[in-house]
Amino acid sequence: MTRLLETQGLTAFYGDFQALFGIDVSVDEGECVALIGSNGAGKSTFLRAITGMIPARGQDVMFAGQHIAGWAADRIHKAGMAMVPEGRRLFPSLSVEENLLIGAAGKRPGPWSLDAVYELFPDLVAKRHNPGTALSGGQQQMVAIGRALMSNPQLLLCDEISLGLAPKVIKDIYTAVPKIRAGGTAILVVEQDVGQALAVADRVYCFMEGRVTLTGTPATLTRAQIAAAYFGTTEEAH
Amino acid sequence: MTSMDMTQGRGISVSVVLRLVLLAVVAGLAVAPVWAGRSDLRLLMEVFSFLALAQMWNLLAGYTGLISVGQQAFVGLGGYLFFALAMFAGLPLLIAIPAAAIATAVIAVPTGWIAFRLQGPYFAIGTWVIAEVFRLSAAQIGALGGGSGISLPVALAKSLADSRGGREMVMYYIAFTIGIASVLMVWGLLRSKWGLALTAIRDSEPAAEAMGVATRRVKFMIYVLAAFWTSLTGGFVFLQKLRITPDAAFSLNEWTAFVIFIVVIGGIGSIEGPVIGVVIFFALREVASDWGTWYLIMMGGIAIAVMLVDKRGVWGAIRARTNLSIFPVTKVLD
Amino acid sequence: MVWINAIVQGVLLGGLYALFAAGLSLMFGVMRFINIAHGDFIVTAAYLMVALVTGLAVHPAVAVVLVLIALTTAGYVNQRILLNRVLGKDILPPILVTFGMSIIIQNALLEIFSADSQRLPAGWLETGSIVLSDAVAIGWLPLLMFAAAVAVIGGLQLVFYKTPLGRMLRATSDDPEIVPLMGGNNAHIFAIATALASLVVGVAGIFLAMKTNFDPSAGPARLLFAFEAVIIGGLGSLWGTLVGGIVLGVAQTLGAQIDAGVQILAGHLVFLALLVVRPRGLFPKM
Repeated sequence: MTRLLETQGLTAFYGDFQALFGIDVSVDEGECVALIGSNGAGKSTFLRAITGMIPARGQDVMFAGQHIAGWAADRIHKAGMAMVPEGRRLFPSLSVEENLLIGAAGKRPGPWSLDAVYELFPDLVAKRHNPGTALSGGQQQMVAIGRALMSNPQLLLCDEISLGLAPKVIKDIYTAVPKIRAGGTAILVVEQDVGQALAVADRVYCFMEGRVTLTGTPATLTRAQIAAAYFGTTEEAH
Repeated sequence: MTSMDMTQGRGISVSVVLRLVLLAVVAGLAVAPVWAGRSDLRLLMEVFSFLALAQMWNLLAGYTGLISVGQQAFVGLGGYLFFALAMFAGLPLLIAIPAAAIATAVIAVPTGWIAFRLQGPYFAIGTWVIAEVFRLSAAQIGALGGGSGISLPVALAKSLADSRGGREMVMYYIAFTIGIASVLMVWGLLRSKWGLALTAIRDSEPAAEAMGVATRRVKFMIYVLAAFWTSLTGGFVFLQKLRITPDAAFSLNEWTAFVIFIVVIGGIGSIEGPVIGVVIFFALREVASDWGTWYLIMMGGIAIAVMLVDKRGVWGAIRARTNLSIFPVTKVLD
Repeated sequence: MVWINAIVQGVLLGGLYALFAAGLSLMFGVMRFINIAHGDFIVTAAYLMVALVTGLAVHPAVAVVLVLIALTTAGYVNQRILLNRVLGKDILPPILVTFGMSIIIQNALLEIFSADSQRLPAGWLETGSIVLSDAVAIGWLPLLMFAAAVAVIGGLQLVFYKTPLGRMLRATSDDPEIVPLMGGNNAHIFAIATALASLVVGVAGIFLAMKTNFDPSAGPARLLFAFEAVIIGGLGSLWGTLVGGIVLGVAQTLGAQIDAGVQILAGHLVFLALLVVRPRGLFPKM
């Protein structure tokens, strides 16, 4: 498999506060990788760093064969990395369809189009002309995912997409993951729901206090190992 | 002693030296009529007036975030009300100036109530509209000379003192008091319990609100206080000029644009900034005011440059690199 | 009948104020940014027009195109190299930078064109009118101005709600932080917004040149009229801005009917009164 994304020793700061301490994460083409960890472990910061939302100049971030550290966020997006941001962040004055079309502004070719997104999330068809924010939480999340897919990304980043949603709705949304992967898109999900992450991912990274404390495939990781890496209770996690 | 302690130790001593120098300068200014010539005194009166206006604009914009481009309203009101009270109500001049300022503060309550309906940059332009209303209204009042303005009767001016030298001495000490007191008042305010609220609002308004600061009320009080002192200064300015016209009294360039430049160049959000700004402004003016339009173009350019290079201004840039403080407002914990 | 005529003239004058205001409204809508030099840019466009037509004897139609191109380009470049650097949470830098620009422009115009007031002769446009009765006549120029305002606002509305560019501008207005994650380049989008606003400023300047005498210090008053029209209409509502311009125009012409000296004052007072009664404007949106 070809490496799609690889960071080596990635660090990040908010002013004087260091949020990431040397993160090594990789994602292969077409792979689904989950980042787990408690609040403030640095998962979202990691996403912000690789998408160019916080400066990563001079660092080692490879994406699709290019050194993208220090690139502007819109340039990274055009290189094929799309994000479903935490809290969905739909544009309130745009309709559902307009929100989706914003995602296609970069004009990358690929399988995703309005029709393909409506096929993936048929619930959205009837609401296409409603304001994005007039939808239920789950439907808003579908718009946010669809909006990211419209750019035909090679890598889809999903930040806490199950946050605040009912279990039934979360299940519905995660059924889209295999269909998205079928189009060749790799997925990096950030999840606080460990069960969900283990169910969907090929590989898992556990973050704690800005460091990766555990990595492996869901099949090889034990519950105790994960608990230790998640909460830092014992030393034997490594 | 670590190197950190060393710099801190030196910083404090430099601050002390600066304070002593400043004290010596103020002492020298207190006896200026002894050593200064007539034109020097006149210049110093202007310096004190602008120092007071700059302190007030800084108090408003630097601490409460209310960016007004309509402070000329209060300069003009101070001047016109002073003329009206002195000429038609027969108040002695030295009573008429503070009385005019009190009346201005009363007027500032409803104008503030209206202006506060606008936020941020809209507040700025709203205050400007209000100042225009006062300017255009002043031009409609026939008793005050309408659009062409009015002069203070010579007899009234002479009531200040018999000789010309005596009058200038009295005027100098009014200016001295207005200027120096403006600094001391802001300093005292910032060291009081109001100071904590103001500093909190300056640093972060949502955080200040979360701490229980009634931000809106504090801002309103500061707006009225700034109106009062700005008006006091305005009253004095037109006592010195002896003549008032709507365009001069409510001049945006003179009473707000220059004042903003002073604060911004010197350093907004500190007491030292406006003091430094006034010195720079008058130094530039002495050198370059003959250049006419080019002088004003340069002022505009400097304002833009400060915002692009370091929006904290001269004092802000100095303070970021040292820990100098001439007017300490934070209580040092030993 | 004089009152009816005053109202009719006020409505038409409102068209000019809506043209002044549309650019200001657009820039605030996308960037939450007020350009204090907005009026000075309008006056600059007016000077440019006069200089081209009377100074260099360029054909008026060509001059219009040149002025519009110049303003649009200058707007884009100004936003890209200067204004984008001072956008942010702190509202002081943009206010100060544009305040500084306002002073520079006024004094530069003074240096180049002197303090003498100017006007662009508009020939039959200026003198011709449709006579409705012996007291009410509609001049061709005011009518054209009003039609231009309707066309400009209709055009902006179309761009905003029917084109990909407008979609991106609205998205940026909603949430500029997230737009780069969708492939949008904020610096470019902001500059496009300013270019569009400057195009309207150009149109407004050309009409200003034909409508009244103007001098280098005429800008600030135009900024205030534009601002008042925007606030009266309601932030973010383009058609509201047209209504705001009309309200202001009618207030001024009725004021002038009472006494020529209170024309401008009447406009300001109506604005302040509406601010008290309807602080969010007649057609609030944001």
